[in-house]
Amino acid sequence: MNTLMIDLKWIPRALGLGLLAFAIFGPLTNLLLWAIAEKWYFPHALPLQYGFSYWVNVFSPRGNATGSLLMSILIASLTVVLSIGLAIPAGYALARLKLPLRGLILLILLVPQAFPNLPVYVNIARIFYQFGLNGTVIGVVLVHVTHGLVYAVWIATAAFSAIDRELEEAARSMGASALRTFRDVTLPIAAPGLLASAVFVFLESLDEFTGTYFVGAPDISTLPLLLYTASSGGNYQIASITALILLIPSIAFMLVIERFLRADVLSKVGR
Amino acid sequence: MSGYLNISQARVRYGEVEILKGVDLAVKKGEFVALLGSSGCGKTTLLRTVAGFNTPTHGTISIDGKDVTRLPPDKRGMALVFQSYALWPHMTVDQNIGYGLKLRRTETGIAKKRIDEMKGLLGLDALGHRKPGELSGGQRQRVALGRALAINPEILLLDEPLSNLDARIRLTVRHEISALQRRLGITAVHVTHDREEAMVMADRIVILNAGEIAQVGSPLEVYNRPNSAFVAAFMGAENLIDLDIVVHGETVDVKEGRYNGPASFSKAGRTLLTGAAIARFRSEAITLSAKVDPSHAPGQPHLLLRGHVEQVSYPGGIWRHVIHIGDRTVIVDSHTRFEDGAEVEMRIPEDRLYIFPPT
Repeated sequence: MNTLMIDLKWIPRALGLGLLAFAIFGPLTNLLLWAIAEKWYFPHALPLQYGFSYWVNVFSPRGNATGSLLMSILIASLTVVLSIGLAIPAGYALARLKLPLRGLILLILLVPQAFPNLPVYVNIARIFYQFGLNGTVIGVVLVHVTHGLVYAVWIATAAFSAIDRELEEAARSMGASALRTFRDVTLPIAAPGLLASAVFVFLESLDEFTGTYFVGAPDISTLPLLLYTASSGGNYQIASITALILLIPSIAFMLVIERFLRADVLSKVGR
Repeated sequence: MSGYLNISQARVRYGEVEILKGVDLAVKKGEFVALLGSSGCGKTTLLRTVAGFNTPTHGTISIDGKDVTRLPPDKRGMALVFQSYALWPHMTVDQNIGYGLKLRRTETGIAKKRIDEMKGLLGLDALGHRKPGELSGGQRQRVALGRALAINPEILLLDEPLSNLDARIRLTVRHEISALQRRLGITAVHVTHDREEAMVMADRIVILNAGEIAQVGSPLEVYNRPNSAFVAAFMGAENLIDLDIVVHGETVDVKEGRYNGPASFSKAGRTLLTGAAIARFRSEAITLSAKVDPSHAPGQPHLLLRGHVEQVSYPGGIWRHVIHIGDRTVIVDSHTRFEDGAEVEMRIPEDRLYIFPPT
């Protein structure tokens, strides 16, 4: 009798887990099916014909996907270089120098994220237009950097804060200059944290839609823009394939982060 | 002031708080000096000031006649061994020890020889390719020492390098470090809060109290001739009693009191005034006997105290008695056991009794 009671208790839990699994994997399954569906229309529950002809289309020289993919990667890479390049000195200063208002500076970095994206990007687009940055790679990269810098600086600050100051002092005592100490001791120890922030910035840039749309379109086409055009045109196969391509780096990098970002670094975020 | 390392009138403050209030110290070449004091006395601050991590607001630090007060730490030719060891986790033992050599652009072959030499000296031969995370506390401590010694520093600075070690390893490492220092002839400044460690390792002990030097001297001097009640207490003379004294000329007479007999000592250069005084002594410096001991003959000058036993314990080798003398409590070690409540007499030889003006 007792065992039956416990079994009964499990029913809602199993239902809950099932729903959760459906919520997570349902759309993914749908996506996968669409990516390999040749023919699929109402009222059929499953595609009528499977094939890879759309993949061939997408990756054909005439298809837009390859160009968009390369453009996305170019923009994401430039965004990473610029964001991390700014975040290393900024994060180090915030972590090491006893800056007054350190918390306030970190908070101010968050402010642009607090506003709705649309008005911000519309304004940026208007300003960029004056400088001829609309429709240029640099313009889009700058928009992505404003977004990515927040993650980069916060994580870099945490990574540098996690380094015991005595490790740097030991190098100074051995005869290393301040710069040499930074290169030989601080940077290598902070590297995993910085790598994680680079990955975040890369993924954010790869995924970014609104800013790219307002500043870049129609001259610049990234994968999310291609995805938008394809799905609004009812071309679900192209949209699904693009979405799958976008998923690959996300999953790969999540594994990287899981491997390199240590708990002691994460715990210092925002401190 | 004519040492190899000279510290002159050094004052250091952290914000509003002045940590060092004018410290003068001269360290001779090849000398091992221990900075001894309780936590917060400024001993680590003094060491960090010498190393160049703190800048004094006033005063100078010079090495071999050259003023280094404003020089950054990397230009001072010193090596600091940290309490936390501060080994670089991303480098192997070899890389940690060899880093200073790499900075000095030592030729690879010579550097490798030097690293092997250091590892041999410190018993780290088989560990060259390990990362610090894979070493025990004692091994890390030796790597930290090897890293500092590899560059042949003019001055070796040690910031409580033994405090994170097991008590048993600590005893061995103490002797290893001082033997090494003597063999290599390095000038060393060692910070510690452990009295015995300072006594065993150092040629000279500097006792710091609240940012000032309380006494400087050889281990024998600071142990046997403390110049203040603070030093006496710090060096283990924890027992405290009150006395009434009369000073005339070069003699100090102790007036007979409720709990102490009369005595007469030589003043021996101490600054004492007639009136109330305090006396400190160690628990092992005393002859304990039952009350009214007829065998006692007045030989060596001593002070007689009367009290009763409150508690007895056996820490090993001797019996430890807690004895009440009026409203003071003292601890006295003896080879014979006296029961609780027993009336006892204590005889403290003149050279074991440290008399100071009342505080």
